[in-house]
Formats: sequence, structure tokens, C-alpha cells
Amino acid sequence: MKLRRKDILGMQDLSVEEINFILDTADSFLEVSTREIKKVPTLRGKTVINLFYEASTRTRTSFEIAGKRLSADTINISASTSSVVKGETLIDTARNLEAMNPDIIVMRHSAAGAPHMLARLMKPAIINAGDGAHEHPTQALLDLLTIRTRKGKIAGLNVAIVGDIGHSRVARSNIHGLTKMGAHVTVAGPATMIPRGVEKMGVAVFHKIDEAIRDADIVMMLRIQTEREKQNIFPSLREYAAYFGLNSRNIRLAKEDVLVMHPGPVNRGVEISPDIADGSYSIILDQVTNGVAVRMALLYLCAEDTKA
Amino acid sequence: MAFSPQGEGVFFYRETEMGQKRVVMDAEGIDRALTRIAYEMLERNKGVEGLVLVGIRTGGIYLAQRLQKKITAIEGAVLPLGILDVTLYRDDLHSRRKKLRLGKTDIPFSLDEKKVVLVDDVLFTGRTIRAAMDGLMDFGRPKLIQLAVLIDRGHRELPIRADFVGKNLPSSFWEAVAVNLAEKNGLNEVVIEQVA
Repeated sequence: MKLRRKDILGMQDLSVEEINFILDTADSFLEVSTREIKKVPTLRGKTVINLFYEASTRTRTSFEIAGKRLSADTINISASTSSVVKGETLIDTARNLEAMNPDIIVMRHSAAGAPHMLARLMKPAIINAGDGAHEHPTQALLDLLTIRTRKGKIAGLNVAIVGDIGHSRVARSNIHGLTKMGAHVTVAGPATMIPRGVEKMGVAVFHKIDEAIRDADIVMMLRIQTEREKQNIFPSLREYAAYFGLNSRNIRLAKEDVLVMHPGPVNRGVEISPDIADGSYSIILDQVTNGVAVRMALLYLCAEDTKA
Repeated sequence: MAFSPQGEGVFFYRETEMGQKRVVMDAEGIDRALTRIAYEMLERNKGVEGLVLVGIRTGGIYLAQRLQKKITAIEGAVLPLGILDVTLYRDDLHSRRKKLRLGKTDIPFSLDEKKVVLVDDVLFTGRTIRAAMDGLMDFGRPKLIQLAVLIDRGHRELPIRADFVGKNLPSSFWEAVAVNLAEKNGLNEVVIEQVA
């Protein structure tokens, strides 16, 4: 088995077989991070560049740790401290980095499709770490691994995704991934946050959180992107919390063994109340742990293909 | 058709879709060899004190489990048993086009000051064992590492030898030696086959 692609750009074009292969590989990598010596020599001599044009704590650290635990050399570049501030274009930056012969470029950019453009132009494997409101495949894969590990399966589960669906690359990638793996997906949010035509992706749409999370096995809360509040897509944080926040009252509508997920960073008291975020239903920190294993698996699988 | 290596106990040829196979060890033969290895291990290490087994995925796991049972039958003690996948330590990862499926490693105990017996089915070039020893070192500093294999087929490319051998099987480099175990595919036999 091998990935039939050079790059990991989105969940939309991954097959079920490939997703299962990535999850199985990640599952085996989980153990490496529990060792006293958390390092294997597998990617010795490979270079991984983390090129981040947008802020990130979790994803960038996760990729850096994943690369280091595989013995790759990892280099981080953030737009604010690079030549981007001097006006260098994305393609020029990428061509200059390529001239230093990296094997993998992990990339986050505010423009949808930016990693796809680089993937066409460049020899190194490109891994999309989030492009605009388009896709965030590694987040969806770590969510799938977390669900599969906790529930033993993905097919047949009821998964509710609540929040700003329209602006969320996490939601988009998860909808692609979850529906492919056979889960029943519902989405909920204020009408201004539900993109028109989202039903065509195979999800049921609700405008009340109570309806969306009824009988849910998994509730996935999205971060309210407060930086978009100025666009008037919702009146106030307090109103949002009252109508679409997950709390100890409405969570009882979900199944008894419901699990609560959140891609982070959490706005406590807005989309999720602190007692739920820290409570027994929450597997938010499992997601972070599994994220390292998923990214190790992707670096391992992509490093292979650059040579072939 | 005649095969070049003349191992002992060659009984019959079988015709299969893969071409001709020769059975060089049957179920009883495997069992007797493992019984002898179990006694040799206990004799060499003067009992079970500090002794642990680590099976190399996948064939080595089943053999390590069988050795563990035999030692329990002899000494009454259950030896700790770990599983090691050597894929991440291989030296040929980047020259292979096809990706090897990565299996789980599970060594739920420290190897510090332990006498580790590494178990595998076939010892060939020695490269797997080199990788396995590198892997073991990430789990502590063993007092010593010994190697138990069911088949030693020669053709070493590294200075490695086994401490406990079920059967020495001189083979041509171009033949394949397969250890079939009931736990894996329902058969208990060691076969040599021509590689096309």
C-alpha cells in the first residue's frame, strides 16, 4: 500500500482506503510519543519546512514535534518575521525555499487554494495545514482517529458540528471525511453561518443546537471566530452563547456516552461552557495527542513519495 | 525439479499456484525445535531471572508466544513478552517504492538491566536484527541481548549471529524461505520456494 499522491491537500480528494491507511499508520505512531526516548531515526536527513502565513499554536507545534520525533530537520517560518513583510510574493518565497531542497513543505495560508498552487509548481511534497475557509485535512484526520479510537468505529455514528460552518475549514474537511467514512453528520448554527447548499455535501442542517445534538454520539463545537464579529454575522457573543453554546443543560439531549470535541482554541463561555470543556465528555486533549501521531504518519508517508 | 540446497529431512514436494515448494520442517519439527530452544535459553541464562522475550513483528511474535508458553510449562514463571515493529529503524525505507505497513510496537516494561531474547522466524541478511537492536535501545539499556530464530538460512551481510537456532538451512540467495504458523495462516511448516 502507498499513497497515490505526492501531496496532502484536502479530505475531498482522499479515498476511504487512503484515509484508513493513514489512520492505521497514525495508530501505530501513537506509541512512539509514550516512550521515554520519543524519537525514531526514520526521517534522518529529511528536511521539513513549516511555512505559516497565519497564526497557529497547536498545528505548528504539532507538526514540529512530529517532524522532530521522526528525526527530520524542521524549520519554522512565520509570515510576520519573514521576507513576506518586505513584499515578496508567495511563489517567490516558495521557489527560494525549494532551492534549498526541502523534502516536505507544511503550509498554512489565508487564501484558499494556495497550497494547491504550490503543489503544482514544486517538487517537495506539500501538506495543507489550513487554507483559508477551504480545508484543514490534518485536523479532520486527527478527529477521525480520535473518534475511531474512542468509539471503535466511525460508520453509523451521529456527529453534530455546531458553529460557524461557513468560515470553518475544520468543518468542511470533517464533513468530507466523516460522510466518506459513513457517519451521519448534522450541522447547526445561525443562518448567517450556514453556507447555502451545504446539504449537497450530505449533511442535515438545523438552526437550533438542541435539534442538531439530539442522539448525537459526537458533538464537535467550532470556535467562534471573534475576529469576524465586525462583519455582523451575529449580534453578540452573549446571544450566541445563549442560543448555540454547549452546556450541561442541552448536552443531556445527546446520547449518554456522547463525546465532545473542539479543534481549539476554545472560547470558554461562548461556544462551550467551561464545565463541559473540562468535563468527562470532553476529549479535546485526546485530539491534540492524536494530532502528533497523525502528522507523524503523514510526514512518514509523504517523505517516501518524494523519492519515488 | 531439483533444488540446490540439500537440507536434512526433505520429505516431499508440493505443487501450488506459486510454483514448486519444498517442506523442510513440519509441525512436529517446529514444536521440537522450540522445546529445545526453550531449554537452551533457561540453561544459558540459569533460569528465568531478569529474562524477557521480544518478538519481531509479525512472525517473531507467534514464536515468542510459543516460547513463553513452553517456559511457563517448564519453570512455572510467565516471562514478560514485548512486540517490536522494526519498520521505523530499517535501512532500506527510502529505496523502497512500496510502503511497508507500519505495525504497533508494544513493549510495556523497561528493558533496563534485563536479559532480552529477541525472537524472529528467519535469520537472513541480519539487517532486520540490526534494526531491532537499534529499536530495543530506545526502551532502555538491556544487560544483554540474545537472538533466537527458528531458521538460520545464511547469507549474512552484517556481523550478526543467533544464540538459539531451530534449524540451520543453507539456501540459495534466490530462494524464499517461508515460515507458516497456525496463528498466521493455519499451517505449521517451513517451506522453501523458488522465486520466479
